Amino acid sequence: MRVTVIDYKAGNLTSVLKTLRHLGAETVVTDGDLSLVEAAERIVLPGVGHFAATERLDATGMTGAIRAAIARGVPFLGICVGMQWLYAGSTEAPQQAGLGQFPESCTRFAESTEKVPHVGWNSLEVRNGSRLLAGVEPGEFVYFTHSYKGPVTADTAAVTNYIEPFAAAVERGNVMGVQFHPEKSGETGLKILRNFLAWQAKGAAC
Amino acid sequence: MLTKRIIACLDVHAGRVVKGVQFVDLVDAGDPATQASRHAREGADEIVLLDITATHEGRQTLLDTVRRTARELFVPFCVGGGIRSARDAEQVFEAGADKVSINSAALADPSLISAIGSSFGAQAVVVAIDARRDPEAADPVRDAQVFVHGGRKPVGRRVVEWAREAEERGAGEILLTSMDADGTRAGFDCELTAAVSEAVGIPVIASGGAGTVAHFADVFGRGKADAALAASIFHFGVSTSRSLKEELAQAGVPVRLPC
Repeated sequence: MRVTVIDYKAGNLTSVLKTLRHLGAETVVTDGDLSLVEAAERIVLPGVGHFAATERLDATGMTGAIRAAIARGVPFLGICVGMQWLYAGSTEAPQQAGLGQFPESCTRFAESTEKVPHVGWNSLEVRNGSRLLAGVEPGEFVYFTHSYKGPVTADTAAVTNYIEPFAAAVERGNVMGVQFHPEKSGETGLKILRNFLAWQAKGAAC
Repeated sequence: MLTKRIIACLDVHAGRVVKGVQFVDLVDAGDPATQASRHAREGADEIVLLDITATHEGRQTLLDTVRRTARELFVPFCVGGGIRSARDAEQVFEAGADKVSINSAALADPSLISAIGSSFGAQAVVVAIDARRDPEAADPVRDAQVFVHGGRKPVGRRVVEWAREAEERGAGEILLTSMDADGTRAGFDCELTAAVSEAVGIPVIASGGAGTVAHFADVFGRGKADAALAASIFHFGVSTSRSLKEELAQAGVPVRLPC
């Protein structure tokens, strides 16, 4: 299968590409060629760094192309800032709108005695019915590195607790996001990426 | 619950893992890619590859090693040793590292921290600090002297103020080595680690002095470390990550147990 990976010049794509290829995917990278988004079979939006960097998606016209692809039913996976972009926005860059697939906004972890950023391996509490996280057992660990997070809502596919419960994964139909880095999360992460690569619309011919 | 990380450190010279006491009498300890995969399989939460060649000719060998090691590694992968510029860091990232560790070059030019961080994100920049307690200072621990890696003369920085500056400049983590404890196998310097960990809001990785499982439990408790580096404790067959973590879990330390 082919995966279109969106490059918006925020950090390093090497790990994500390497892992998708390891799992047998053919990868295509675009930093602005909309025809590659229009022809995409699956889309991954990685991302580390600052929410403001997603401005480049608007500037290149990729925001609209991704929105159209999602409406066509193309499976979409946002990772880290790529997940946060699925929300209406983030207090990290209030002037920058997200895609708005989920109406809430991302916020910084509350002040506490714990360190921010949240860095390291934390456990997932998977909600029933998540297809992205199928086969992930209670308490399996994944690798996080972030300071902002999405709220727990009806669309939350997995909850992780650090300072407060937050959305470790979000999922509605073909739109999926993970706050953690599946490409850095050992066997659990590979299982989740395999689920994404195998994702088919319900009722679609195999 | 966020777990405490056990980070396996591989010293690499000319493309091979080496072990030795303080870089003397180096013994070949295998292929870096094979060793890194084995550590990940056994439950190491992260791999650090430290290039001790650090010569100009060695850079290409290192990049090849990083590329080969990253290929089958699906846990965070940090590379240190000889990274002197943002361009050096970029090449290491392109070869497949997730983080770089910088030490002497950051001391020589602290703006390197933000130069790398602005392109690759703060999470990709680990500032390594080698410190030795200063018995003549008002606070021998907080004012421990900072040394360049392998250096003999202090550089004139104090550990807590330098760690804070590194954080302000955009470091994502601090890798703190106690030169007093390093090589002793008598335990981490928990006071030093706690002093730095309490002074910054970013994770601190403790290094130097591990000899037993109890030393790790101690540095995660009293030392307030977020992660600990394990090197010789594995090389000499004392322990695998798996057995280390199983014993830590029994001691009540939150760790990720391998499947």
